[in-house]
Amino acid sequence: MTGALLEVSGVSVSFDGFRAINNLSFNIGPAELRAVIGPNGAGKTTFMDIVTGKTRPDEGRVLWGEKSISLLRMDEAAIARAGIGRKFQRPTVFEDQTVRDNLLMALKKDRGPLAVLFQRRNAADEARVEELAGQIGLVSELSRKSGELSHGQKQWLEIGMLLAQDPRLLLVDEPAAGMTPEEREHTTSLLVEAARTRAVVVVEHDMEFVRRLNCKVTVLHEGAVLAEGSLDHVTANQEVIEVYLGR
Amino acid sequence: MSFLRRNPSVPVFLGLLLVFTLTVTLMSEAYGGGLSTSFVKTLGKTLCLALVAVAMDLVWGYTGILSLGHFAFFGLGGYMIGMWLMYARTEAIVVSSMANAEIPATPQEITDAVGAQIFGVVGSSDFPAIWLFADSLAMQLVLVVAVPGLLALVFGWLAFRSRVTGVYLSILTQAMTLALSLYLFQNNSGLRGNNGLSGLQNLPGADAIPQSVMSVWFLWTSALALGLGYLLAAFVVSGKFGSVLRGIRDNEARVRFLGYPVERYKLFIFTLTAVMAGIAGALYYPQAGIINPAEIAPIASIYLAVWVAIGGRGRLYGAVIGAGFVSLVSTWFTGGRAPDIDLGFYTIKWVDWWTVLLGLSFVCVTIFAPKGIGGLVDLALSRRAPDRHGADLGPDLGSLREKEAEE
Ligand SMILES: Nc1ncnc2c1ncn2[C@@H]1O[C@H](COP(=O)(O)OP(=O)(O)OP(=O)(O)O)[C@@H](O)[C@H]1O
Ligand SMILES: [Mg+2]
Repeated sequence: MTGALLEVSGVSVSFDGFRAINNLSFNIGPAELRAVIGPNGAGKTTFMDIVTGKTRPDEGRVLWGEKSISLLRMDEAAIARAGIGRKFQRPTVFEDQTVRDNLLMALKKDRGPLAVLFQRRNAADEARVEELAGQIGLVSELSRKSGELSHGQKQWLEIGMLLAQDPRLLLVDEPAAGMTPEEREHTTSLLVEAARTRAVVVVEHDMEFVRRLNCKVTVLHEGAVLAEGSLDHVTANQEVIEVYLGR
Repeated sequence: MSFLRRNPSVPVFLGLLLVFTLTVTLMSEAYGGGLSTSFVKTLGKTLCLALVAVAMDLVWGYTGILSLGHFAFFGLGGYMIGMWLMYARTEAIVVSSMANAEIPATPQEITDAVGAQIFGVVGSSDFPAIWLFADSLAMQLVLVVAVPGLLALVFGWLAFRSRVTGVYLSILTQAMTLALSLYLFQNNSGLRGNNGLSGLQNLPGADAIPQSVMSVWFLWTSALALGLGYLLAAFVVSGKFGSVLRGIRDNEARVRFLGYPVERYKLFIFTLTAVMAGIAGALYYPQAGIINPAEIAPIASIYLAVWVAIGGRGRLYGAVIGAGFVSLVSTWFTGGRAPDIDLGFYTIKWVDWWTVLLGLSFVCVTIFAPKGIGGLVDLALSRRAPDRHGADLGPDLGSLREKEAEE
């Protein structure tokens, strides 16, 4: 498929003989929102691990961008700098540091040690952080240690850090877990908004949440794509129904 | 300067350091005070230990790399300056003793005589290749920085590149330290084996200056080095770079997913602190007068970690407090000045029991006051502790970084 931002094809990975990802292929365009669903252990997180360089696949290709560079030869940091941001299933923020410092660290800037050593606070960064904090509803928490935030706020902080990185592809693993219904709604609009200008892949269990995203859905099962299409289309699929009801 | 305003502990520290150095100077023998020259030297040495402790805090307290090799870098710095001190001084003695000879000695004869003087103890008289620059103070000063720096750079590159972390990395650094000290113990190491380098307190060409005055000079030089080192460390850990370092300590993988080349940060900080340690060593050993391979033994680097833990890691003044407090108390106990305690059936001799006491205090600090003595400052300022959700950074070897969140 041409014009894809990320092209994953024929990827397989085994852990101690167990095939977590089995000949998986997946494409996403430059400004597209995609939901990935599937039962526990379907390989959704492992898929993100492969794209972000955390796990090396046994076979297959992962190509990125217009020039179709292979991500398999790059390390996690280089992949992140290439424009792929990730939010983890369990919120992982730097709990010992303030919300502001977390966001500042994520801001898209030169990442080399020498450059960072001389990157001092400036008004432009400060303004950008304020703006992001406004988007994720954490303006009044900027000076608090992020370890003191509630679970939902940490989720948002991590989404904020993701936006701060200004990536071309966002991989978002279960963003709504531990959120109240209102918080979920807010999260939906953040993701939909982000997907206007970039590619966003959202893994989520909650069907209501997926429905509100109103986008193409990919169903994973046993490490492979089971069905793809609109939510109504995939939920009408007999195999999908069996997988979800059969467990 | 906004940097100082945002880090109020820096001017406070520098001010206290200045007051301390001035007070000691005025009370020193050289200025007619009551402090003995040897005690002034002890204080000067303590400032050097504080500098290497600041380096240790940078690498361990802030970045989470429990290096058990920084005293090796410290010792290497000492050896590098020691080579010049020993060479230049021996040469001066040889030249003056040969001055009365009928035929003036050739440069070769002088070099041979110096070699015989220095290496006689290890049954040799030839200069090993590593003494090539020993006659040049400038070159040896470069080596004070370059040798620990390059060793750290190469070692760090190999270790960090293969992503060795945590306890395994500590063991690796300890192995490096042990290998280095065992090598130096050999007579053919080129650095006089277990004799080490001695007579370092005598600066060549400065015979006229009494040791009491010299000790004050070294006190000031050490204080200057500590002040500058502290300033540099504070600059490094303030701002975004410090954020990244603490991020690496708490969750290295997460920092990587933000796009930071973690290995290069580690290498930077490991090498920088090795250089700081080398400079501290180069100022320490002229005050100690002698350096031998036992100084580099792994236990010294472990002590360094203990100082930082007791002082309170993750804060620069904590490292200084730890190094100053523990090493001065240790001098007192091991110097035979602490009164023995007669229990009737057994007499506690502190010279023997001090290490046990130190070990116990380390354990107690680890369990009851993980923030160390520096934590008292928090109490005084009643600063709130960060909620780490139980994943405390206690100063024990295992619990260095917060458990990586499992995805
Ligand atoms: N590092 C690993 N070592 C061994 N097995 C692993 C590893 N990572 C994942 N697995 C296994 O691979 C399978 C897929 O796991 P994955 O975490 O990708 O599932 P998931 O779709 O994200 O599930 P969930 O909805 O529960 O998050 C699981 O059976 C898991 O146990
Ligand atoms: Mg998962």
